[in-house]
Amino acid sequence: MTGTKSILVIGGSSDIGHATALRYAREGWRVTLAARDIGAAQRNADDIKTRSGTETSVVALDVLQTGQLGGFVAGLSPLPDTVVCVVGELGDQSRAETDPGLAMQIMRTNFEAPSLLLELFAQAFATRGSGTIVGVSSVAGDRGRASNYYYGAAKAGFSQFLSGLRNRLALAGKVRVVTVKPGFVRTRMTAHMKLPAPLTVQPDRVAEDIFRADVTRPRDVIYVARRFRLVMAIICALPETIFKRMRI
Amino acid sequence: MPAAALPAPVPSASNPGGIGLSGWGNYPKASSELLAPQTPTGARDHLLARSGVIARGAGRAYGDAAIGTQSTISSRGLNRMRSFDAATARLTVEAGVTIADILAVFEPRGFFLKAVPGTKFVTVGGAIAADVHGKNHHRDGGFGTIVDSFRLALPGGEIVTCSRSENAALFAATLGGMGLTGIILDATLRLLPIETAWLRQDTRVAGNLDAAIDQLESSASTTYSVAWIDCLARGAALGRSLVYLAEHATRRDKDTLGPDLETFPSLRTSRLAVPELFPGWLLNRASMRVFNELYFRRGAAHPGTPRLVHWDPYFFPLDAIADWNRIYGRRGFVQYQCVIPLDRARRVLAEILDRVSRRGDASFLAVLKQLGEGSGSMSFPLRGYTLTMDFPVTDALFAFLDQLDALVVDAGGRIYLAKDARQSRATFESGYPGLAALRDIRQQIGANSRLVSHLSARLGI
Ligand SMILES: Cc1cc2nc3c(=O)[nH]c(=O)nc-3n(C[C@H](O)[C@H](O)[C@H](O)COP(=O)(O)OP(=O)(O)OC[C@H]3O[C@@H](n4cnc5c(N)ncnc54)[C@H](O)[C@@H]3O)c2cc1C
Ligand SMILES: NC(=O)c1ccc[n+]([C@@H]2O[C@H](COP(=O)([O-])OP(=O)(O)OC[C@H]3O[C@@H](n4cnc5c(N)ncnc54)[C@H](OP(=O)(O)O)[C@@H]3O)[C@@H](O)[C@H]2O)c1
Repeated sequence: MTGTKSILVIGGSSDIGHATALRYAREGWRVTLAARDIGAAQRNADDIKTRSGTETSVVALDVLQTGQLGGFVAGLSPLPDTVVCVVGELGDQSRAETDPGLAMQIMRTNFEAPSLLLELFAQAFATRGSGTIVGVSSVAGDRGRASNYYYGAAKAGFSQFLSGLRNRLALAGKVRVVTVKPGFVRTRMTAHMKLPAPLTVQPDRVAEDIFRADVTRPRDVIYVARRFRLVMAIICALPETIFKRMRI
Repeated sequence: MPAAALPAPVPSASNPGGIGLSGWGNYPKASSELLAPQTPTGARDHLLARSGVIARGAGRAYGDAAIGTQSTISSRGLNRMRSFDAATARLTVEAGVTIADILAVFEPRGFFLKAVPGTKFVTVGGAIAADVHGKNHHRDGGFGTIVDSFRLALPGGEIVTCSRSENAALFAATLGGMGLTGIILDATLRLLPIETAWLRQDTRVAGNLDAAIDQLESSASTTYSVAWIDCLARGAALGRSLVYLAEHATRRDKDTLGPDLETFPSLRTSRLAVPELFPGWLLNRASMRVFNELYFRRGAAHPGTPRLVHWDPYFFPLDAIADWNRIYGRRGFVQYQCVIPLDRARRVLAEILDRVSRRGDASFLAVLKQLGEGSGSMSFPLRGYTLTMDFPVTDALFAFLDQLDALVVDAGGRIYLAKDARQSRATFESGYPGLAALRDIRQQIGANSRLVSHLSARLGI
């Protein structure tokens, strides 16, 4: 395809997905938002179109319906230049401890379903010979904590999946994989939480960093805010005997 | 009211989960539960489930208008744009979208807003609810005149479309109605095509109040006009001002006056921040005299010759200083804004200025503007002159302002609700003949006891 590039955001109803799509749209990229809540995605798509003047569309997708993922990817025409998956669910950790159904849903939403979906994009992009896959994981996947270990474990799985996928695709050299690890972002997911101001960013910061890592200054793994790389390095360096007694 | 007593915020019943809220003046502060819906229907659902609730936009109203007695519904999550039709210049946006947002997106495409207040950090909902006025109100009318329609969530949960032809009474009561008819969810506005980002500004010096009013009067056909008054000048120089007149610069104006300038330069985003709560004593008489002197001289340096000024510093000079309201310290400040009908304006404004100059603690912010008629039944503007000043809150302030109110009431004027934190019910009732219509509508839509701000409780709306 020549001319305009296009981006597909999986999880287009989210604040980070909205901000990311808008960032690309400002550079003239065509935008498609996939979401299970099609009304919410349409609201974001209209906003992006009004602000940027570029074409937008929405498409329905529930990633947990894993049987439909193959048909979804096969039905995309054209195949986007970049796919960004922001699907995730923080979930209620303490409830998940006694509700295996919820625990499974958190693990499937953050790890299983996004991985299955992005594998399909990897194949389609490899066949075409180009493309970028952006997976939004989390710093929560860098070390398991009492307050969100189902979420964190699933994000850890997703980060490792992206790492392996990147390794496989890099050998062919055509398709790129970017892992995004946000720390604290002011979104619907964290609206009810008190976040430490110096470490908290707005969704458009994540969007800016994703765009940069994909387009202007290619990177493999990014932390947003960047200082989280150091924060997580310290947290990961703590011996387990000490870490297990901490409340962080 | 006894001279030393500060009007206490209306006490809210025990308010679990409440946080301290105030307006831009940091006075008064009151506890209210702050709700942050992320969608228009979410805002409606909060409204349906609560009493003693009011909408809040960017919190730029100075007093107690955007603080619910029980709960306050923030519109900040309603920040999506819906659609734009370049052929008709019609823009539909959710109510939490700010004027800054609109200008950032549409100014580079050659569109502006025909009515803007002195800060761009207000929401569309707040601009409608106060029917805000700009420097061209006497000629072009206020924000209400650029609103085609809006959707309003009523206390009973219905969402109705209001325009001049549909639910017209509700439309009129909501323009200037300070959120007391429901929550505005979104609105369709008409943008103003512009040729450049520049204003062609002409500055005139006026030696006293009469000269300033003469200048404003004789330039009534100029689109934008405003006089900045040096509040500390006294005697024969009382009301000494700089009068700023301006028109949107055409492309030809720009080519003549600033051939090297870009037509739509990108905005500089660098901002100067005022440190966390500046002590109030810095605003004493001496420091303000120096400030006013400098301001007056700087403006007087090039009077009479038109020059190009970018719209951002022209319309929004204070926006360059983030959180400037903190310079008044913890006790906060009151912005006093009255309007006096044309025929009484000279005499009454001179009297007010005289009292203010003798008191000597008004701020650098004394602004004189012409106004025309407002669009809504509760709109502040009426044909006349409006004067705006800031006063740091002190024990003696409120009795003093009550005296000014008496002059305003006597002249058939009124006090702006978007700035008010302290006027009495009697002052309010005498100034707003549209109150009966608002009360009727509130009765009809079941707003009484449901939509209640500290302002409406204080004024008995
Ligand atoms: C520096 C500065 C300069 C100013 N200059 C001017 C000026 O030149 N002219 C002028 O007219 N005003 C001026 N103002 C006042 C300001 O324009 C108004 O107070 C405006 O209403 C503020 O909008 P907001 O979004 O901050 O609303 P808020 O302050 O949050 O709320 C103001 C009122 O609007 C209501 N409201 C807000 N959102 C909604 C909604 N979605 N639905 C229903 N009701 C709602 C609230 O209930 C409240 O009654 C100025 C203010 C500042 C700080
Ligand atoms: N906010 C933070 O501080 C933070 C920090 C680190 C990482 N992250 C990650 O950033 C990403 C975006 O999060 P956010 O903060 O913007 O919160 P969010 O709005 O809750 O985003 C989650 C998104 O995932 C979608 N989703 C969930 N299950 C789905 C399913 N089965 N099928 C399709 N879509 C599904 C949601 O759609 P619905 O609208 O339909 O629910 C929503 O769009 C997430 O992966 C999150 O884990 C966020």
